[in-house]
Amino acid sequence: MRGSGPAIDTRPWLLLTPALLSIAALVVVPMSFILVYSFYENIDLAVDRVAFQFSNWRELLDDNYYHVAIWKTLRLSVIVTVLAAVLGYIPAYFIAMTKFRQRWLLLLLLILPFWVSFIIRTLSWIHILGNQGALNGLFQWLGLIDAPLSMMYSETTVIIGFLHVFLPYMILNVYVSLDGIDDNLEPAARTLGATPWQAFREVTLPLSLPGLAAGCLLVFVLTGGSYVTPLILGGPNDYLFGNLIHDAVVSELNWPMGATLSFTLLVLLGLVVVIYSRFMGLNQLSKAFR
Amino acid sequence: MKKMDSTKRYEILRERMGNGDVDRRTFVGLLGAAGITAGVSGGVMVGMAQEARAAGSTLNFEGWGGVVSEALRKNAFDPYEAATGNTVVDSTFGGETEVLTKIKAAGNTDGHNILHSSGVSWYQRWVDAGYGSELNEANIPNLANVMDAIIKPFRAITPNSLSAVPYDYGTTGIAYNTNYVSKEEAEALGANLLLKKELKGKIGGWADAANRAWYGALQSDQDPNNIQDWDAVWEKAREHRDLVLKYWNSGAELMDLLAKEEIYVTEAWSGRVAALQEQGHPIAYMDPKNGLAWMESMFVLKGSPMAEAEELLNFMLDPATSIAVAEGQKYPSSLDPNKVAMTDVIKALPAYDPTGTLQGLVFRDAVTWNPLEKEYTKAWNRVAKGG
Repeated sequence: MRGSGPAIDTRPWLLLTPALLSIAALVVVPMSFILVYSFYENIDLAVDRVAFQFSNWRELLDDNYYHVAIWKTLRLSVIVTVLAAVLGYIPAYFIAMTKFRQRWLLLLLLILPFWVSFIIRTLSWIHILGNQGALNGLFQWLGLIDAPLSMMYSETTVIIGFLHVFLPYMILNVYVSLDGIDDNLEPAARTLGATPWQAFREVTLPLSLPGLAAGCLLVFVLTGGSYVTPLILGGPNDYLFGNLIHDAVVSELNWPMGATLSFTLLVLLGLVVVIYSRFMGLNQLSKAFR
Repeated sequence: MKKMDSTKRYEILRERMGNGDVDRRTFVGLLGAAGITAGVSGGVMVGMAQEARAAGSTLNFEGWGGVVSEALRKNAFDPYEAATGNTVVDSTFGGETEVLTKIKAAGNTDGHNILHSSGVSWYQRWVDAGYGSELNEANIPNLANVMDAIIKPFRAITPNSLSAVPYDYGTTGIAYNTNYVSKEEAEALGANLLLKKELKGKIGGWADAANRAWYGALQSDQDPNNIQDWDAVWEKAREHRDLVLKYWNSGAELMDLLAKEEIYVTEAWSGRVAALQEQGHPIAYMDPKNGLAWMESMFVLKGSPMAEAEELLNFMLDPATSIAVAEGQKYPSSLDPNKVAMTDVIKALPAYDPTGTLQGLVFRDAVTWNPLEKEYTKAWNRVAKGG
C-alpha cells in the first residue's frame, strides 16, 4: 500500500557504499578465501589438496604448542599496552598543555619516525643496546662497566622495540583527547579547592579516557598481530602467534595450517575488540576525535 | 599449412633468437611489428610484445645479500650490464621458501628470473614444482669449464637439460672467537663445541631446520645422511637451544653477531667467516667431521627470457668473472681447477678442493632428505620455540 510507512532514507547507504565495497573487497573476500583454505590439506611442502576436512583446526585445538603461543601473545600485548599507556600519556599531556607556540613542531617530531622504515627503526636497537652499541659504549666510557652488558635478544628488547614503534599511536590518540578538553575545566576545579593532582585525577584524566582507550586498543591489536619485532630483537623464547603463522606459511610451506592460524588470530583480536566494546563501549572511541 | 596461434609464433621466434638465427634487436623489432599488426587487428600480440621488450632487457636476480650480493654486483652484473645493455635487478631473499611462497601466491613467476639457489635439494624442489626451465647449453660454452662432479647431481635430476648452472660451493662449519675459545679446544670438541655449557648465552645457531638436524645428527654420533634416531637429534637440538642467544637467519645477521661479539660460537658459512677474517675479526673456522658441504647454483625459473639468462650465466662462468666473484664472496668457484688456473686467494678459501672432484666434502643427500623435509621442518619449528 503506497504511502503507508515512513520513507526510507537511502542517502546514508549510498554514502557508505564505497566504504562497504572496499571493506568487502579488501577484507571480507580475502578472509573468506583464507577460511576456505584452512580446510584444505597439505600433502607436502607447498603441495596442497583441495578438501573439506578439519585436521588443521583439530591440530590447533589439540596441540598445546599453539595455546602457549596464544598465551604469550596476549601476555606480551597487555604488557606493551600498559607500558605504552603510562609512557605515552606523559608526552601527550605535555604537548596538549604546553604554551609553546610551535606546538606543531612537537607533533611533527612525533610523526617523524614514521618516515623511516619500521624494520630500520627496529634494527636500530641493535646499535643502541648491542655489545658494541651506544649504551654499552657510554657505560664503558663513564667507567661504570668493564665488559659489555648483554642486553640484546630478550623479552625486554622485544618490548622496547614494540614501544618504540607503537608509542606514537598512543600519544597521538591521548593528545587528541586531551586537546579537546575545555581549558577552563582544570582552573575551575582549582578555584573550587582541588589540588593540581586532584584536578588532574578527577577532571582531566576521566575526560581523556576515550583517547587512552582508543590508543590502548590500537596498541594491543598491533602488538598482537606482530611477528617481525620478536624475529629481529628476540631470542629463541620470544615469539608471538604471528611467528607461528610465518613458520607455517614461509618455512613449512603449509598454507592450509597458515590459513587456520591466520583466521584464528583474526578471530582472537576481533574478540578483544568485541569484549572491549562491551565493557568500554566503542562509542567511547569516537569521543576521542570530537 | 600448419595453423599456428600467436603464442606459438612468438615461441618459435624466441627459439630462433636463442639459437642465434636472429639477433635480439631484430627479435624485438619483429615482435613490435607483430604487436602493431595484432594491435590494429585487436589481437593479443601487443601485450606480449611489450612484455617481450621489457623481459628481453631486464633480468630479476634474487640472492643472499651482504658480501655475496656485493661481489656479484661488482664483478658480474655491472660488467654484464656494461657489455650487453641489459639490466640485472638484484635483490636479497629471505630464503628460497620465501620466493616459492611469493610465486605460489602470485600464480606466476613474473618478477622472478634467476635465483642463487641453495643445493641440489632446492634444485629438485623447483623442478618438481614445475618451475624448471630448459637451458640451451650451446649458449653457455663456459659450462664446459665447470667441474663434472658438481654438475653430476643436477644432471641426475634433469638428465635431458639443466635448469641451473652450478656456481660455487662451501661448507657450513663452526666459527668461534679465538679470544674465548682456543683452536685446540674447538678441534677437540668438534660439533659439540656448540653444546658447551660454559658458553651459555654466547652461542648462536642457524635457524634452518635441515642444518639443525644435520648438526643434531653429528652431536648424537649419527651419519647425517642416514639418521636412524630422530629423537636423539632433536634432543641435541633442544640442548643447543637452551644455550643459544640467537638463531640467525641471514649471512649478514651471522656476521653482525660474530663481529660484535654478541656470540662467540656458532655454525657459520665458510665464506662469511673468511670475509670476517679479512676485516680483521678474531674469528676462526673449522669443519667438524662430516660437516655440511653444499653447492649453489644459478637457477633460471621457467618463463624467464632464456636467451638473456643464458647470456648472463655464460658471462658469470667466464673464468675472469667467476674467479673475481669467488674472491669477493669468499666461496670457491664451480670451475674445475684442473681446467682453469685458480688464484692463491681462492686456493686459501675454506672448503676449496684442489682436486676438482669434491670427494673430500660431505653433501646433503637430496634423495634421503627431501622426502623428510615436511616432517623435520615442522619438528624443528616446535623445538626452536621450546617444544
